[in-house]
Formats: sequence, C-alpha cells, structure tokens
Amino acid sequence: MPEFLQQLVNGITWGSVYALIALGYTMVYGILRLINFAHGDVYMLGAFFAFYAARITGAAVDPNPLKATGILLIAMIGCGIVGFLIERFAYKPVRRSSRLAALITAIGVSLLLENGGQLLFGADPKFFPQIIRATNIPLGMGVTISNQQIIILVVSIALMLGLRFIVMNTRAGKAMRAVSYSHTAASLMGISVDRIITFTFVLGSMLAAAAGVLVALQNPKIEPYMGIMPGLKAFVAAVLGGIGNIPGAVLGGMVMGIAEVMVVGYLSPTWRDAIAFVLLILILLVRPQGLLGQPPAEKV
Amino acid sequence: MRSRYRLRPAAAGVLVAALALAGCGRSTTDELVIGEYGSLTGGDATFGQSTKAGVEVALDELVAQKQGKIGGMAVRVVVEDDQGRPEEAASVVQKLINQDQVIAVVGEVASSRSLAGGPICQQNGVPMISPSSTNPGVTQVGDFIFRMCYLDDFQGQVMARFTGQTLGLKRVAMLKDIKNDYSVALAEFFTEEFVKNGGTVEIEQSYQSGDQDYRAQLTAIKARNPQAIILPGYYTEAGLIARQARELGLTVPLIGGDGWESEKLIEIGGEAMDGCYYANHWSLDQPNAKLQEFLTAYRAKFKGDPDAIGGLAYDAATVLFRSMEKLAAEDPAAFAGLGSSKAGTEARKAATRKLRDLIAATADYEGATGTVTLDENRNPKKPIVMIAVKGGKKVFETSIAP
Repeated sequence: MPEFLQQLVNGITWGSVYALIALGYTMVYGILRLINFAHGDVYMLGAFFAFYAARITGAAVDPNPLKATGILLIAMIGCGIVGFLIERFAYKPVRRSSRLAALITAIGVSLLLENGGQLLFGADPKFFPQIIRATNIPLGMGVTISNQQIIILVVSIALMLGLRFIVMNTRAGKAMRAVSYSHTAASLMGISVDRIITFTFVLGSMLAAAAGVLVALQNPKIEPYMGIMPGLKAFVAAVLGGIGNIPGAVLGGMVMGIAEVMVVGYLSPTWRDAIAFVLLILILLVRPQGLLGQPPAEKV
Repeated sequence: MRSRYRLRPAAAGVLVAALALAGCGRSTTDELVIGEYGSLTGGDATFGQSTKAGVEVALDELVAQKQGKIGGMAVRVVVEDDQGRPEEAASVVQKLINQDQVIAVVGEVASSRSLAGGPICQQNGVPMISPSSTNPGVTQVGDFIFRMCYLDDFQGQVMARFTGQTLGLKRVAMLKDIKNDYSVALAEFFTEEFVKNGGTVEIEQSYQSGDQDYRAQLTAIKARNPQAIILPGYYTEAGLIARQARELGLTVPLIGGDGWESEKLIEIGGEAMDGCYYANHWSLDQPNAKLQEFLTAYRAKFKGDPDAIGGLAYDAATVLFRSMEKLAAEDPAAFAGLGSSKAGTEARKAATRKLRDLIAATADYEGATGTVTLDENRNPKKPIVMIAVKGGKKVFETSIAP
C-alpha cells in the first residue's frame, strides 16, 4: 500500500507537468485548429533560458526562493517572446493556406528549434543547477514527497487557475473563446483576431516554459532534444482530455502521468512510452472527442 | 606558322614533365590516415570527448618525438561524431573506411557502438582498437578487433565480490539500462557471481537511456528494502538516479561499473553520490610512472584531470603507433602500403593485415592504464580499481587483480 501511494504521488507530479504542456497544445488547437508541434521545443527552451538565467544571477551557488521565482519569470517571458516570434514569422504567413501547410510549418519550426538549440547550447546534456535545494517531507506510511515535487504541484495548479481566470473572466479571454468559435464572426464583432492568436501563442509558450523549468528543477539534465518525447506525450494528453478543452488537458495530463508511472512501477519500463500511444488509440476508438470534449463538428 | 608546329612536341614535353612532378608531389605528401569515432555529442558525450583528448595527447607525443611521422609519413587522425547512437556509429565507420580510407580505427567507448562499428572494420580488413568497450562480444566480432581494457565478466565478478565480501551485503536490487548491451551483460555477470556466493538480487528493474524520471522504479525497489542498488549504466543516468533515490529516502549505497567514469558524474549526482562505489580502470593517485607522465601532459594541454576513458584512448593510440613503427622498421615494403596513395590496392590490404598481426602481438606495453599484453582473443588482462565517492571526490578504495 505505501508503495502504491508513493507511485501515486510520483504520478501526480509527473502528470502535472504534462498538464502544463498540454494546456499550450489545447489552447492553440482550440483557436487555430493547428497542432503546434514546436510546443515541446519551447518547453526545452524554457529550461535552457532558466539555466542561463540561473548562471547569471548566481542562483546555483546561493539559492533562494526569490531568485528561483525570478528565474521562472525570466524563462516564461523569454519563451513568451519566442512564441510571439514563431507565430509572427512562421505561422502567420501560412494562416490562409491549407491546414497541411501549417502543420508542415510546425514540424519545420520544431526541427529548427531542436537543431538550432544544438548549435547554440551544444549537444551534450547540461546539468541544471539546484535553484531550490531538495528536502524530503515524509507523509507517513513510508511515503515521501520532496519540496520540489510540492513546488511543481503548487506552481502548476496556480498557473492552471490563472489561465482559467484569464480565459473565463477577462475581456481577452472572452475574445479568445469567441475566436475559437469562429474567426469570421469574431472579427465582425470587432475582435482583432490576429492579436488574439498572438496572445494565445504567447500564453501557451509561457506555460510550456514554466513546465520546462519545473521539470529541470526535478530532473536536472537538460539537452536540446528533451522536448520531443514530453511534447508528444503532452499532445496525447491533450487529445485524451479532449483537444481544445482546457480542463480536459489537465485531466489528460494527470491520467498520462499516473498511467506512465504505474506501468513502469508494476509492469515494465519498456512500456513507458508505449502506454501513451496505447491510451491514444483506445481513446480514439472509444471516445474520439476525448474525455471532456464535445462531439466534434469536423474531423482533423 | 611553321614555327608553331615545331613548338608542339616541346609543349607536350613540358606537360609530361608537369604531370610527372604532380605525381611526385602526391607521393611525398603520402600520409597515414587513422580514423576515430565516438560520442562527441549526446547523452554520454564525455566518453567521446575524453577519447578524442586521449588520442590528441598520444599524437602530441608523436609530434614531439618524431615530428608526427612514422616511417617518413605524417600521421593524420580523422575524428567522427556518432552522437551516441549505434546506427550513427555504423555509418560513420563506413565513412571512415570508404571515404577517408583509414588504415586503422580507434573507437568506441560504449559497447553497443563498438558492436555496431566493429563488423564493418572486420569486413574491410581494417584493424579497430576499442579503448574501453568492456562487453565480451566486442572482440568476438573478429580477428581485426582489439581492446585496451578489462572485460565485463571480470568486472561483474569484482563488483559482486566487492559488494558481498568487502561490504558484506547480501540483498541487493538491480537497476539496469535495458537498451544497452554493456549494462544488460554486466548485470548478468554480476548476478551470476553474487548469487553463487550466497547473495540475492531481490528485485530487478530497468530503464532506458534518456529517461528523465526513475522514481517509479526506485519506489518499487524501496518497497523491497535492499542493502544496495547495483547500477550498471552510464554516468548521466547514475547521477540522476542517485538524486532521485535519495529524494525517495533510499540511503543505501549505489554500486556501478566503469560506465560511471566521467567528470560529470559528481556534477550531476552531487551530494547524492556520496557513499557510492564503482569499478574503474585506474585511480589518479596511483604511482605508476607512465600514468603520471600522461597526467602531466594532459593537464598541461587541457587544464584539467583526465578520466580513465581518456587514458585508455591514449593507450589505444600509442599501441597503434608502436605497431606501425614496428612495421616500418621490420618490413618497409609492406609498410608503404599504408600510405594514403595506396588506398584500395592489394598492397594496402596486405599492409593492414600485417599491421593487425603486429597489434595482436602487443606484449608488456607499459601504458597510462597499466600493462597491456593481448591474449589470443585480443583482450588484455588488467586489474580493476574500486573507487569510492566521498565528499564529492573519487577516492581509491581497493585494487583487484585478475
């Protein structure tokens, strides 16, 4: 029983990271009907921005929560800018072209970021400094949680609630929802569709950056290709929860994280990556719109 | 008009002379091209980088002593990056042999990648010396494949005896990299010896290199309450696993093999590595004269300490150079076949075969990592050093001879 509970704790923290990345996928898809394959690489950039920020601020030598928060913000702002640039220079020019052109552009951007990252940061894995020292907190019955895991959970939940607030309670969020309904109708109502799309990209990229920093904090090995697998799995999580649906992305992420950890813990680690795609196939067979998704009016 | 006609034979003469000169020029720049492949990038990048550094030190020595020449021809090393992937290793070895037409190959560190490159060298009759692949299968590929290090069957035995007898531990957990030939075989050799001596492996778990999160496996291991975790993998994963084990409250020692040997091990693992042990090819504080000589040269060039991978690469390159020198002295006619102008000829084939015979005859070579005498299976017998990590430092624990 303690073993199972410990695995559950492991799964939930891992799942909250998938959830953060999945949110970016789902938002962009909800508004543009575009699967932004570069999203996982923005997550990687987030980790690297934080890596360099931590070096410059000296947080590695003398860690304190204030610096750690600063580093998180720097990474999020950095990736927000990257997200803006990607949207402006890669996706906007092809927005009026076919859906396939945008999809191929997304793959191109993804490759550009991966290989550009390799050129810029070097291909060997970097060690992410401990900007917050790890300590263990026993939860009783032999189950422990580290303060880093708690930080991951708290920051993820705070960001998800923040996102929900933006989408449901602000004018920009209202506009986002309108645009996701129909570009034409929204623009007829006086909403600047271009600006909303840009806003969505920036927001999604910032969430991915936060996920990157949180993962790097817990698993301190970062490299230019680190975004590929989490990116794919977060995409599966988004589909699982119902793509385009924000609570669905969170649920999907959690299901993915827990499923993965349980499979490794009780079956075999070789199934770790397979389980994601098994889940994807199952959900597409049984409930193609995802756990929380509305039945689709059109198919991708 | 007539004078022009008369000039023709003269012009032809000049042309012939020019061609002949060009031919001569080519033969004087004849060089000895050696290939080296390794993971300069990727998850275990220090393996390739250390190998490259070790070979560079050997080459510097050759330049200082003999102007970088053997038998009148300059030695040139072509280095290829396999990105830490076996399939890439196969293609860069193809490139070294077909495009650069190398006479011999130095590489690789990881057994999976030596096993990918080895068969290509064997088929083409190009000798390959792996500095530090410990999997027994590597030299079984064929008679053109050599190595400079001990083998995993011995390493597994030493790790098992060290765990069971020296540390007095009876119940351990195994955590291996399932996609890595080295890790899987070493785990097997360890288990065989450990169980034979009355120990038990309580639980066997695995991961795949490149994984980030090992908490699920470690949680399952923790439930069995072992006295140690055997971790026959590479340094990046070892560091991350150590960290996550400590986070989950697993305080038992982690015990690994020479795959841990990297400057990055402690950088990645940090304090979590304290109290862990691993088997290695050397310990820097040993008095061996050749080792200290290599250390001085390495420190002067790279402003840091080498790891054992670098030392083995130095030895591999030096053994290769010595064998080439021997060939030049004993059989200059055959040696000429190694020159780059003879690429693809029968003379080259005969020369690399002769070179192979001389490498195979290596005996009592005093290197940075100990004495190398190759047996009939082209493997040396070398002692193993157990290293303890204490206070962020690698400390000599004990040395076990075969």
